[in-house]
Amino acid sequence: MSILVIAEHDNATLKASTRNTLTAALKLGSTVEVLVAGHNCQAAAQAAAVLAGVAKVKVADAASLAEGFAENLAALVVSMAAGYTHILAPATTYGKNFLPRVAALLDVAQISEISAVVDANTFIRPIYAGNALATVESSDGVKVITVRTTAFDAATDGGSAGIESVGAPADLGCTSLVGRELSVSERPELGAAKVIVSGGRGLGNGDNYQQVLAPLADKLGAALGASRAAVDAGFVPNDYQVGQTGKVVAPQLYIAIGISGAIQHLAGMKDSKVIVAINKDADAPIFQVADYGLVGDLFEVVPQLTAAL
Amino acid sequence: MSLKILVPIKRVVDYNVKVRVKADNSGVDLANVKMSMNPFDEIAVEEAVRLKEAGVAAEVVAVTCGVTACQETLRAAMAMGADRAILVETDVELQPLAVAKLLKAVCEKEQPGLVVCGKQAIDDDANQTGQMLAALQGWPQATFASKVVIADSKATVTREVDGGLETIAVTLPAVISTDLRLNEPRYATLPNIMKAKKKPLDVLAAASLGVDIAPRLATRSVNEPPKRSAGIRVGDVAQLVDKLKNEAKVI
Ligand SMILES: Cc1cc2nc3c(=O)[nH]c(=O)nc-3n(C[C@H](O)[C@H](O)[C@H](O)COP(=O)(O)OP(=O)(O)OC[C@H]3O[C@@H](n4cnc5c(N)ncnc54)[C@H](O)[C@@H]3O)c2cc1C
Repeated sequence: MSILVIAEHDNATLKASTRNTLTAALKLGSTVEVLVAGHNCQAAAQAAAVLAGVAKVKVADAASLAEGFAENLAALVVSMAAGYTHILAPATTYGKNFLPRVAALLDVAQISEISAVVDANTFIRPIYAGNALATVESSDGVKVITVRTTAFDAATDGGSAGIESVGAPADLGCTSLVGRELSVSERPELGAAKVIVSGGRGLGNGDNYQQVLAPLADKLGAALGASRAAVDAGFVPNDYQVGQTGKVVAPQLYIAIGISGAIQHLAGMKDSKVIVAINKDADAPIFQVADYGLVGDLFEVVPQLTAAL
Repeated sequence: MSLKILVPIKRVVDYNVKVRVKADNSGVDLANVKMSMNPFDEIAVEEAVRLKEAGVAAEVVAVTCGVTACQETLRAAMAMGADRAILVETDVELQPLAVAKLLKAVCEKEQPGLVVCGKQAIDDDANQTGQMLAALQGWPQATFASKVVIADSKATVTREVDGGLETIAVTLPAVISTDLRLNEPRYATLPNIMKAKKKPLDVLAAASLGVDIAPRLATRSVNEPPKRSAGIRVGDVAQLVDKLKNEAKVI
C-alpha cells in the first residue's frame, strides 16, 4: 500500500507547497507517489521525480487538466485512488478547492489542514482560528488530507523516481477559464519567505503602504503581507492577506506594522520565529505575541528602521 | 427569472469570542458563549438576496443542519431577506461530509438552480462542505468568490486564489462559496426582523432524509496551542535593530 501526494505546480515548476506536503506524507509511510496532473507538465513531473523520498511519479497530461479545475482533477484522483492508504494535497487555495470533492466522491471525511501527524490514522489540526488544536482519528479506509505547509519542512532534492503516465478521465466540460489576474512581484512568495513585512489599516491608504513598507521590504529581501482590513480597504490585492482565512505564514521574522492583532490575523502568523510589532497603541493585542514591540508612529519609526539597516 | 437559490448557513461561536479549551481537553467550552451566523454565510445570504433584488433570482431559501437553536440563525437569514428557511434537525455531531449529504437530500426536494454558501466555518475551519455538496450533486463549483455574475445559465465568478484572482465560468446548477470581498452584508432592520418571524420555517428530521450522518472523525483531545513567551518592549529603532541583529540573529 502506498501514499499519494498531489503536486501543486504550474506545469513548468513545482510550487514549494508540494515539498511540505511530501514531508508530511513521509511521516505516514515510506512508499510515497506523486501525481502531477496538468497539460504539457513534463517539466513539473521531472522536478517531482528528483524530490528525495518519492518512489514514483504519475503524470496525467491532458488539455482537460491544463487549468487545474476541481471537477476534472477530482475525477482523475478518484479514478486512481484504489490502493492508496492516504491522499494528500497542500492546504493552499489549490488543494482546498479540489480535495473535498475527492473525499466526498470516495465517501470519506477530509482531514483539513493538519499541522502534525500522530500516527497513520491520527492527526492534529487547528480549529477556532488556531485557538485550539484538535487531535482527530479517522476511521475511514483512505485518509484524505490537506497539509498546513508551514508545519512541515520543505523536502529537498536528491531522489530519482521513475515517471509513469496515467490516463485522464473524460473532460466534464462544466468549467471554463475567463481570465487570471495574478500578482507579479520580484519579491519572495509570501508562503515561503524568510522575512515578511506586513501592514494594516494603520497605513491609511495604498500609497502610504507602498511608500512606507516597500523600502523596508527591499532592504530585508522580504515579502509583503497585510491584514484583512488593509486588503478590504484596497491598499493591496487579496493575495497579501495573512490570517485565519487568508495565508498562513511562519517566517524567521514577521514585522507587523499598524496591525492591531485580531485573533483572525494572529491565526496566520503566530508560528513565526520572531515577531516584531510597531504600533502607536501601547495596548494593541499584537504586543502580546510580539518578541519585540515598539510603540510609536509608524510614519516616523519605519523610515528610521529602513535607514538603520 | 425562476432561479431558486439555496443558501446553507451555520450557527457558530461569534467571531469576537476567544474560545477556551475545556479543562478535561474534550473540546472547547461553549457554555454561555455568544453564537452567531458564520460570517462567510452572512456574505452568502447577502449575495443571494442581492441577486433576488436585481431580478436575477426568484426565491432565496436558507437551510441549516443542527439543533433546535439553529432556528435563530435561520430567522437572522430571513431578516436579511431570505424568503423562507429549512432546519434539518439533529443532535448528532455533524461533520462536513454529513452536512453535504443532508444538503444533497434538501437539493433533491428543492431543486435549486444555484447554491451559495460560505467558504469556511470559523469554528472547525474545515473549508469542505460546498465542494463536497457540488461533488455529490455532480455539479461544478466556484469557490472563494469575490465577484459573481449570473447570465445565460452560467455563473461567471472571480475567485480569490493564492496567486491573485482567477475568473471562471461554470454551468448552472452549481455551488458558489463566498470569500470576504464578495460584499458587505447588511444589518437587518427592526421591521425586517419582525417580518422574518412570520416567514415560513420548515423543520425536517435529519433521520427522515435517509442518509448516513455518523461522524467519521473521532476527536481524541483538544488542547491549547503552545503559548508564545512574552517579549519585550524596545525604546527606539536603534535598540530594535540591535536586538534583531545580536539577540534574535534574524537580520
Ligand atoms: C470571518 C472573518 C475572517 C477574518 N479573517 C481575517 C484574516 O484572515 N486576516 C486578518 O488580518 N483579519 C481577518 N479578519 C479581520 C480581523 O477581525 C480584523 O478586523 C483585522 O485583522 C484588523 O486589521 P488591522 O489590524 O489592520 O486593523 P485595525 O484593527 O483597525 O488596527 C489598526 C492598527 O493600526 C494602529 N495604527 C493606526 N495608525 C497608526 C500609526 N500612525 N502608527 C502606528 N500604528 C498605527 C492602530 O493602533 C491599530 O492597532 C477576519 C474577520 C472575520 C469576521
